[in-house]
Amino acid sequence: MRLNKIILSFVSALVILFSTSVASFAKVVGDKIILGAAISLTGKYSSNGVHTQNGYNMAVDRINSMGGVKVGGKTYKFDIIYYDDESNPKRAAQLAERLISQDGVEFMLGPYSSGLTKAIAPVTEKYGVPMVEANGASRSLFTKGYKYLFAVLAPANLYLDVAIETAVELNGGKPVRIAQAFEQDAFSQDVRLGILDAAERTGSKIIIDDKLPKELNDMAATLVKVKQMKPDVLVVSGHTKGALTAIRQIAEMKVDVPMLAMTHCDAAKLSKQHGKNSQYALCASQWHKSLTYKDDFFKDGMTYAADFEKEFGYDPPYQSAESSAALLVFKDAFERANSFDQKKVRDALAATNMQTFYGNIKFAPGGQNVDKPMVLFQVMCDASGKCENKVVAPLKWASAKLIHPVPKWSER
Amino acid sequence: MDFLVFQYPMITVQACLDGILLGVLFALIAYGMALQWGVMNIINIAQGDLVILGGYIAYFMYLYGIHPAWGVIVAPVIMYFVGIAIYKLVINKVVDRDLFISILATFGISILFMQLMNFAFGADVVLANSGYGTTMLFDSNVVLPNSKIFSAFISILFAACLVIYMKKSKLGRAIRATAQNARAAKILGVDTEKVYAATFGINAALCGVAGALISITFTIHPYMGLPYTIRSFMIVIVAGLGNLPGVAMSGMGLGVFEEFADYILGTEFRIGSVFLLLVLILVYRRFKLSRKREYLK
Repeated sequence: MRLNKIILSFVSALVILFSTSVASFAKVVGDKIILGAAISLTGKYSSNGVHTQNGYNMAVDRINSMGGVKVGGKTYKFDIIYYDDESNPKRAAQLAERLISQDGVEFMLGPYSSGLTKAIAPVTEKYGVPMVEANGASRSLFTKGYKYLFAVLAPANLYLDVAIETAVELNGGKPVRIAQAFEQDAFSQDVRLGILDAAERTGSKIIIDDKLPKELNDMAATLVKVKQMKPDVLVVSGHTKGALTAIRQIAEMKVDVPMLAMTHCDAAKLSKQHGKNSQYALCASQWHKSLTYKDDFFKDGMTYAADFEKEFGYDPPYQSAESSAALLVFKDAFERANSFDQKKVRDALAATNMQTFYGNIKFAPGGQNVDKPMVLFQVMCDASGKCENKVVAPLKWASAKLIHPVPKWSER
Repeated sequence: MDFLVFQYPMITVQACLDGILLGVLFALIAYGMALQWGVMNIINIAQGDLVILGGYIAYFMYLYGIHPAWGVIVAPVIMYFVGIAIYKLVINKVVDRDLFISILATFGISILFMQLMNFAFGADVVLANSGYGTTMLFDSNVVLPNSKIFSAFISILFAACLVIYMKKSKLGRAIRATAQNARAAKILGVDTEKVYAATFGINAALCGVAGALISITFTIHPYMGLPYTIRSFMIVIVAGLGNLPGVAMSGMGLGVFEEFADYILGTEFRIGSVFLLLVLILVYRRFKLSRKREYLK
């Protein structure tokens, strides 16, 4: 009996040893560069997690089929180990540990959302693992002095300040009155800080400054205030929930405001879920397919969108585009470093200065991309009720003219 | 902190109306909770998740081109059977145990439902458009979305039907008898097992109605159930079990209180002030109880 137990524990010890040694990849195996990523495949971020994963996969396939990555005269192909972080920051941090210390991954791709990136960044920093992330825009990520974190996207405080500047411009350079409602999470509060900066810069006054609860699904109170105080601009940010709730209640309560600026319109599928009611909403976006940036792999935004649609069956949201861009950045950095030494790759990443279909990429010392402005699009519908997002700012890429002020509900 | 309520008097009217319309809907969910809490002594943590599931039923009808308002008839029927199934699978095993076990069991059901809905319906926030338009009052200074008025009306209708059913029907009488004294009811020939199953089913059906209404008025998402559980829990605590007018009043009171807290203190204190109110009421109730006890001494 006792012997049995000893044998059993010996065998199980062997099994455990064996399984870990099998799971243990080196960073580069044969001709493969293995990247690690914790992605929200289940849980509340799972739709955006899937957009992120699709973006990564699309770029991996494209780069591999177009010759891969050339380092030291040899050609390598990308491969990614994914784990599901269940939309949970604690789990994401554990998985980052696991990817690095058990699976031996030496280069990481970011997760979805600022919150999860915040959870993972201290881990990658501790191990000196370069991470290129595409979905964490919170400003606080870039003020901590992280050396191994690089973000291809513009930070959150820049999301909507273009809207304020545009409103001031349209007001003949005179300050405007701003009403704002932001969810109480890291991302939305950063967007809010950006608005505060823009208001100070332009001398504009903030007359309503509401903080929306996390379980927000009713913002009637804010809208009643807007109706009574008649601001020039209404700014709302609260992820997809905020965007959907705002449009529903603005339409139901017939709130007239000359400019309505929001985030997360395309993730919320605003024009699909709300149709004509979403018309004239201004939305901040990291990317839009009509932008004319170019690269060798995806050509341009339109081609990317068409290829993506062919492969995954839907129009790519910017979350997918920026995720694809992250791999282009990695490839470029590996080739310039001409090495798999983490330190060298990190330095190459820091010196990145390139154009991708998604936009120009150049990192500030804090790790954020400073070379790519945000774009604003406006939801525009034709007479048949079909709605489309058209870029209206910055003017350089505008494919339509901004409709301002938004027509009153009584005239629609 | 600003005092918009005084600067713009119409806000007061708006806040009261919004609050009442919202409160009636909460009261419907709370009524279901009070019913099964009273009868089975079970606090159902999964209440909010049943609501959301009901919402998805209406949403899918909307997706397939049926007007989501029909959801208030279809959702309760489906949810009634979902409720019975949950009872047969889980609740009947914990119904006679202490409260803690049943809280754990329903907490587990809640997590399971969230994950299943996430798997089945995806993590997107969705809503069903009723296209009901808006009612303008007082020179369009007060606006009431018709969907909210519809919700409140349907909630009252269902609550009223249920009250009559409980008073007049055989099953209703059996439910009330079981609530008063399950053992005595059993001795007198009431099939309490059946009563429990029906009670849980009726509760789930009420959640279904509320969910369909929420998908028309607000938004639904697999993880959005908990706030509804907490609100209905609060309403029941404030009103007390088996006190239907109390549930209705405390529901509407809570709705109005929330709206005013929003205007006077700011949106960020809305939920916080609700919890503060809960604490105050519990303290007050204890205080009153202890005074009563002193009389007895």
